[in-house]
Amino acid sequence: MTPSTIELPVTEDDRRIARYTAMAIALTVAEAALPSPLPGIKPGLANIIVLVVLLRHGWRDAAWVSLLRVVAGGLVIGQLFAPGFFLALAGAVSSLAALFLAVRLPRRWFGAVTISLLAAFAHIGGQLVLARLWLVPHDGVFYLAPLFATAALAFGTINGLIAAHLLAAVLPHTD
Amino acid sequence: MKAVLPDDLREIFSEARHESRNSGSWHKYLKAGDWLVLLVSGALVVFSYALLWRGGVADRAIVKRDGKTVIELSLNSARKARVEGPLGTTVIEVQPGRARVFSDPGPRQYCVQQGWLTRAGAVAICAPNHLTLQLNGRNADNADYDSLNY
Repeated sequence: MTPSTIELPVTEDDRRIARYTAMAIALTVAEAALPSPLPGIKPGLANIIVLVVLLRHGWRDAAWVSLLRVVAGGLVIGQLFAPGFFLALAGAVSSLAALFLAVRLPRRWFGAVTISLLAAFAHIGGQLVLARLWLVPHDGVFYLAPLFATAALAFGTINGLIAAHLLAAVLPHTD
Repeated sequence: MKAVLPDDLREIFSEARHESRNSGSWHKYLKAGDWLVLLVSGALVVFSYALLWRGGVADRAIVKRDGKTVIELSLNSARKARVEGPLGTTVIEVQPGRARVFSDPGPRQYCVQQGWLTRAGAVAICAPNHLTLQLNGRNADNADYDSLNY
């Protein structure tokens, strides 16, 4: 132990967030291996973890996991600060904005699927806006919007169901 | 793939598989509001296709060189047209309702690989040879673009 060592106390919160983030990163990497019909159409499996964290530990933790996942995932996949990274970041930030509101919906009527769908649509919305402003400064980008919206509908629903399932059946005892 | 997943995750997945075999019914996770949101988003997705993909029916192909129209071809009958650019000859092929760049002297062949254009407003750009092939519809109110140039 050198005298100049800076000690950063690690709290239980940090450990929990790190564990969830690790799961999300693993899903990101696994997903990167999947072929995709169109760049940008991905299942977004890591968002299942974000949903679980949101419904279990609240928005703040979900935001940590989501943003850490984007940065660490970018590092692991090797696209950090590439256009794809910024698109992922734009998607994550807009999803988190949607989740901030969605998590306040009455839980009696609206479950994980609603929250997941709202986040998925916000995700593609944010990405399309960034792509239009920065990558493809032409309205032709919006030509692809229906395809992205279809993917958001499908994967948003599936991810929401998986998250609901994990919360109900698998994860209640892991923490 | 297995080795990529941390133990926690693998455990969760195998438990989840196990679980879903036991229960097997996903709709128990859907609440009333979820169905509503699903219905509304489904309608919005369908609407987005209608809204954004309403390019009109193309009725003529326009070939431009440096933004100036060189030749206009009606899409009623099949024919080929040869257009000269700085690199050489680009061949445009027209068939009823569609047109394509048949061949081009450019090095990367992007405009050839685009294949058949069918929608009003669709464009193939052979930049090295300074040519564009563009389809136009008759009615101006559903033209997808006000103007195109490069």
